[in-house]
Amino acid sequence: MSRRFTPSVVTANALLSGEVVWLSADNQWTASPQQAALFTDAAQADERLAWALTQADIVVGPYLAAAKPGADGPEPTHFREAFRRRGPSNYAHGKQEALCSG
Amino acid sequence: MYRYTEFDEAFIRERNAQFRAQVERRISGALTEEEFRPLRLMNGLYLQLHAYMLRVAIPYGTLNSAQMRQLAMIAERWDKGYGHFTTRQNIQYNWPKLGDVPDILDALGEVGMHAIQTSGNCVRNVTADHFAGAAADEIADPRPVAELLRQWSTDHPEFQFLPRKFKVAITGSPNDRAVTRAHDIGLRMVEQDGEPGFEVIVGGGLGRTPMLGMVVRDFLPRADLLPYIEAILSTYNSFGRRDNKYKARIKITLHELGLDDLRSRIEARFAEIRAEWRGADQEILARIEQDFAPPAFRDAPVDAYTRARAADPVFRAWADTNLHEHRAPGYAIVTISTKAHGATPGDASADQMRVMADLAKRYGHDELRISHEQNVILPHVHKSDLPAVHAALKAMGLATANVGLISDIIACPGMDYCALATARSIPVAQEIAQRFESLGLEQEIGAMKIKISGCINACGHHHVGHIGILGLDKAGVESYQITLGGDGTEAAAIGERAGPGFAYDEIVPAVERLVTAYLARRAGPDENFLQTYRRLGAAPFKAALYPEEKAHAA
Ligand code: HEM
Ligand code: SF4
Repeated sequence: MSRRFTPSVVTANALLSGEVVWLSADNQWTASPQQAALFTDAAQADERLAWALTQADIVVGPYLAAAKPGADGPEPTHFREAFRRRGPSNYAHGKQEALCSG
Repeated sequence: MYRYTEFDEAFIRERNAQFRAQVERRISGALTEEEFRPLRLMNGLYLQLHAYMLRVAIPYGTLNSAQMRQLAMIAERWDKGYGHFTTRQNIQYNWPKLGDVPDILDALGEVGMHAIQTSGNCVRNVTADHFAGAAADEIADPRPVAELLRQWSTDHPEFQFLPRKFKVAITGSPNDRAVTRAHDIGLRMVEQDGEPGFEVIVGGGLGRTPMLGMVVRDFLPRADLLPYIEAILSTYNSFGRRDNKYKARIKITLHELGLDDLRSRIEARFAEIRAEWRGADQEILARIEQDFAPPAFRDAPVDAYTRARAADPVFRAWADTNLHEHRAPGYAIVTISTKAHGATPGDASADQMRVMADLAKRYGHDELRISHEQNVILPHVHKSDLPAVHAALKAMGLATANVGLISDIIACPGMDYCALATARSIPVAQEIAQRFESLGLEQEIGAMKIKISGCINACGHHHVGHIGILGLDKAGVESYQITLGGDGTEAAAIGERAGPGFAYDEIVPAVERLVTAYLARRAGPDENFLQTYRRLGAAPFKAALYPEEKAHAA
C-alpha cells in the first residue's frame, strides 16, 4: 500500500526559548519560516525527521508539518502552522513581533 | 490571611533547588525531553505553541498585595509584561524562557507561592468560592478547609500517581460560585441540626465526556472530611481506569460502577480508615482557621458612596454590576473586570496588577481574589472608599461595568497559545464583546454567561455556559459548535448541542441571532436568557441559529 506523501517541513520548538523553529536545507535550526526546507520526497522527509529527533539538546518535539511551495519559501497548508509562524492573534507577540520591529 | 509555615517554605525551597538542577541537566543534555517533561510538568511548566508557559497556583484564589506585586514584577522581568488568570484560579505566564524558570520559581517562593501540583495526575489546586469569607449568603468561609486539603494533598505519597488529574472545589454558600458539580470532588457546606458539615459530590468533570457530579454523602460531619476524601481518593486509585487516558477520570469510574456501587466502596474504605484519624487534622484546622480570621471591619458612614451614586452615572452603572453584597454592614465585594470590551479575558498587565495590589493594600484589608470567571476581586471594601477605588480602576482600564453580562466571557487560551487547541477562542470572545458593546444592548440583555473553549478539553467551561462555544478543526478550518442552556451554579446543567458548527466569521452573527431571539421572546426584562431557554426549550433558538433549515421545512 503506498502512502500518499504531502510535502512537509520539519519543525519544532527551541529548547531554551520555546520559539518555533524549522529545519533549513543546510541542517540548521532557523527561526525564520522562509528558510525552512520543503521536503517533497517521503524518504528524505522521514530521514530528516529522524535526524531532528537526535537534536534533543537544541529542539523539543520535532515533527513533519504539511507545507506547499510559496513565493517566499514554504507556506503552511493548515491554520495551526500558520499561527505558529505568525504568533497569537490578541497581541503582536511571537514571530510577528520581529516582523514589526524589523 | 494564611501564612506559610517554615516547613512549607523549606519544602518550596528544596523543590525549587531540585528543579533548578533538573533544568540545568536538561540544558546540558544530561536529561532527555522524555525524562524532563514529567519533571517540568510537576512544576507547572508546559511547552505551548510559541513558547513555554508557566502555571502558578493561587490556592483557593486568595492573594495579598505583596504577592500580586510579585506577579507583576515577574510579568515584567521575565515575561511580556502581563499574566493570564485562568478558570482554575491560577495565573499563567505565556512567554518564560526555560533558563529563567528557576529564578521565577524562587521569586514566587519569596512570597509563598509556587507552581507545584498545577499539572500531573495529582490533586490540583483546590478551588473555592471567590467571595469566600465575604459573601452575605455564606454559611462559613470554606478556605480553611481548602487550605487543610492543600496541606494534606501536597506531596501526599499515596496520591501523586492517580489514574488522572484530580480537582476539588469547595463552597461555603448555597449559591454555588465554585462550579462544584463540574469537579472530581465538590464540597458544599451544609448544616444538619445545627451541626456543620458537607454535602459531598463526586464524579463531575467537563472535557470530552461532560458529567455533573453526584451526591455520595448528603451530610458528612466536618471532622470526617479528610478521612472521607482519603477514602474517595483511595477507592479511585484502586478502581479508576489506567488503561485509557480518556476514561481515567473519576467521572468514568462513577459512570461504570454506578453511584450505589461507588458509594458502598467509598463507605467501606472510610469505615476501614476512619479510626486511623485521631484528630490531629482537626487541631491543624483549628490553627488554620485562626489565620483566616475575618479582618477588623470598620463601622463608618456610607454617605460618600450614596453621593457618588447620585452624582455619577458611570459610577452607578459600575456599582450596579460589579458589586456584591458583603456580610459586614457598610462593606461591598468589588469585582474588577479584566474584560474591557476587546481585551483578552483574564489578562492583566503588570501595571494593572500593581494598581490592584495598591487598592487591596489601601482599601481592601490587603486581600485579592481570582475568580474562576477570570476576574479579580477585592473582597472587603468599605462603601465609603468605593468612589476612590472606582476612579483608580478607571484610570487603568479596569472599571468596565460588565460583570455577569454578555461581555464577561470566559475564554481559554485556545489556538493563540495552547498546543492542544483545535481553534482559537480569544478573538471570538473579543469580537462578541465588541459587537454587543457597539449594539448598546449589554444592559438590556442582562445576565448572560458565554464560555468558550478551543478544544474538547473544555478548559473554558463551555458546557456550563448559557451559550457555550467550542472551537473545532473541521477538515482544516476553524469551526465553532454552540451549546445552549448550560449552567455552572447550584442548578447545574450541561448545555445541549444546538446543531452543526459555524465558521469563524459566522460565529459572532450566530450569537447575535440567539440574543435577538431571546429578546423577542422573553416574558419580560426580568427573565434572563437561561430562564427563557428553560421555559421555551431549544426550538426557537435553533430556528434562529439555522434560519435556512426552517425555510426548508416550511
Ligand atoms: C494552555 C495550556 C493548557 C493545557 C495544555 C490544558 C490541558 C487540559 C486538558 C488535557 C484537560 C482535560 C483533562 C481531562 O479531561 O482529563 C484540561 C481540563 C481543564 N482545564 Fe486545561 N489546559 C490548559 C489551560 C487551561 C486554562 C488556561 C484554563 C483556565 C482558563 C484551564 C482550565 C481547565 C479546566 C477548568 C479543566 C477541567 C475540565 C474538566 O473538568 O475536565 N486549562 N486542560
Ligand atoms: S480547552 Fe483545549 S485549547 Fe483551550 S486551553 Fe484547554 S486544552 Fe487548550
